[in-house]
Amino acid sequence: MAVETVRINNSGYRVKHGLLRRITPLTEHEKLFEIMLPEGESLDHDPGQFVQVSLFGVGEAPISICSSPTKREAFEICVRQSGRVTTAIHKLHEGDIVGIRGPFGIGFPVLPLEGNDVLLVAGGLGIAPLRSLINYIIDNRRDFGKVDILLGCRDPESMLFSSEIGHWQKRIDLNFCCSVDHAAPEWAGNVGVITSLIPGVNLHPLKTFVVVCGPPVMYRFVIEELLKKGIPERQIFLSLERHMKCGLGKCGHCQIDNIYCCQDGPVFSYQKLKNIKGAI
Amino acid sequence: MHQALLSKRRLADFVSYLVSGHKLVAPVPLQDGHFKFDEVHSLDEISLKYIPTILPPKKYFMPQRSSLLRYDLSKIHEMEEIVELEQLVLFGVHTCDLAGIHCLNIVFSDHPKDPHYLARNNFITIIGLECNDYCDSSAGCAMLHTHLPKGGYDLFLTELSDSYYIHINTQKGEDMVDESSLFDDVTRAAEGELNLLRSRKRELFTSEVPIRYQDIPRLFEETFDSDVWSQLGEKCLSCGNCTAVCPTCFCFDIVDEPELDLSKGERLRVWDSCQNEAFATVAGGENFRRKRMDRQRHRFHRKFKYLMDRYGRLFCTGCGRCSRSCMAGINLKRTISALIEERG
Ligand SMILES: Cc1cc2nc3c(=O)[nH]c(=O)nc-3n(C[C@H](O)[C@H](O)[C@H](O)COP(=O)(O)OP(=O)(O)OC[C@H]3O[C@@H](n4cnc5c(N)ncnc54)[C@H](O)[C@@H]3O)c2cc1C
Ligand code: SF4
Ligand code: FES
Repeated sequence: MAVETVRINNSGYRVKHGLLRRITPLTEHEKLFEIMLPEGESLDHDPGQFVQVSLFGVGEAPISICSSPTKREAFEICVRQSGRVTTAIHKLHEGDIVGIRGPFGIGFPVLPLEGNDVLLVAGGLGIAPLRSLINYIIDNRRDFGKVDILLGCRDPESMLFSSEIGHWQKRIDLNFCCSVDHAAPEWAGNVGVITSLIPGVNLHPLKTFVVVCGPPVMYRFVIEELLKKGIPERQIFLSLERHMKCGLGKCGHCQIDNIYCCQDGPVFSYQKLKNIKGAI
Repeated sequence: MHQALLSKRRLADFVSYLVSGHKLVAPVPLQDGHFKFDEVHSLDEISLKYIPTILPPKKYFMPQRSSLLRYDLSKIHEMEEIVELEQLVLFGVHTCDLAGIHCLNIVFSDHPKDPHYLARNNFITIIGLECNDYCDSSAGCAMLHTHLPKGGYDLFLTELSDSYYIHINTQKGEDMVDESSLFDDVTRAAEGELNLLRSRKRELFTSEVPIRYQDIPRLFEETFDSDVWSQLGEKCLSCGNCTAVCPTCFCFDIVDEPELDLSKGERLRVWDSCQNEAFATVAGGENFRRKRMDRQRHRFHRKFKYLMDRYGRLFCTGCGRCSRSCMAGINLKRTISALIEERG
């Protein structure tokens, strides 16, 4: 008649040990972590999915996977220091271990994109999840049509992956365009909000799929511009950020209407989201 | 045998039989006419007539805090997935609360299944108890179709004039009846009395708000922008009492609790409430249900629409706990009536 502790197998809460193989500071607030699972096991994710990263004693945080699944021996995440868990992750060193659960959710629609033109719109930290798709496209470049990438960020100093972006800019098979909200006078690029770049993109609306990833406030304005261009609603995809705890469609934090973003998303078509109150 | 009779004078012996085998939990009185489920050792501690307990039996299926993982950082991040369990017999569970347990079962057995929750099920024996009359005016069980037994128990007791009519629903229930040797065969008179009681109940229990079960989700869909929500928002204190006492609210947080030396500890599941302001806030400060009105509407829509879409049943049992416990006087039946009135 006493309390017994029973061991459970395959609970959704078990974490895998992720070895921090390399840590690269990107800006003042963001670092890139390369993580290897035990015995080199592949995470086997889709671009746009996320993992729960945890430190025992501190807690878990949902973080997008920012490397392409074509890179199999390890995966990468880009973490912005924004609170308890993310600050603790920032304090770790190469060789330390984090807990990994996942991958979770439904990522970007890679298959429908194949054979079509692709427009990728990233704002701020949104470039992290999109980077997994961009590198996937680069590794399978023949399978896609014209590829345009628009990136918006606060200022040149907060730009993530700037050296990699330098390589993307040099490629002839990607059209890359970037705009910052403000910059010093010596900045040679565009200044202005990301929406101002959209009218200038040369595209065939019916054969273009758009993937948008950025802070919630950005979506309404970007969608308006995309619809003006004649892109069909079902060809616009957005990744939603919601508070997420379990990743398993149970804890209720990520719920909007009858959907759980952690399992049914985080990526949804605008066609689906436009009728869901409170989604965007 | 699927039914049996227990003479009233033998109920105390049956309770003693249950106590001899397992921890027995039943409704017991608190002050001011309230009740709670708690451990008992004999019949005289149990309230057979009670209004829904402050916390529903949910607290045994999904405790306020429960372990998910135990970790030990000194042993290269060793961890165990665990659940802490205790054999329990829950005695005297009303039909509304049986419906609440059923809702939780559905959620946690939906994919991806939650083995932590499911492990408990086998450890808990459920003995239901019929309400022959309304418990109080907060109840809405007829509107929610939970006033009659529909399974979800091992044994179910209905009080007749000098005995209890027992419905045996599981082998576990049958074994208790056999082993205790306290039960008689059902008589014709008892059958007759039960039928009479049920037909009387059908007259007494009629939808407490003028709406049919199947029309409720549409009501909520059509009144999303109603003023009723802003009125609730003005009253609500965001204390989260309503979600804590709700038999079908299952939202939770996951927190780590290190032991003093920090090298060992547990990752726990703890109840959370969608009424808390931070519940849906993300990094950067955006909150998708910033206003109390948004959060109240979310609570009601989860009960009457969202989870209906997902699981095909309403997630309100009509127990009335949220109305009884709300410090701001927000009342579930009055809210539904106001929505009906406004829609016209
Ligand atoms: C699908 C998804 C992908 C994400 N991808 C990335 C990424 O690639 N890189 C990155 O740096 N961040 C990402 N985030 C945000 C990241 O999850 C939060 O910054 C992190 O959870 C904050 O945890 P904390 O303990 O450091 O902050 P806390 O100290 O807990 O709080 C700081 C702020 O973060 C919010 N927050 C806390 N917990 C969560 C949570 N579980 N989910 C969302 N917000 C939370 C709080 O409301 C508060 O506003 C992503 C979030 C989601 C939902
Ligand atoms: S119990 Fe009442 S005041 Fe408290 S959160 Fe619920 S509705 Fe608001
Ligand atoms: S994160 Fe828990 S339900 Fe989605």
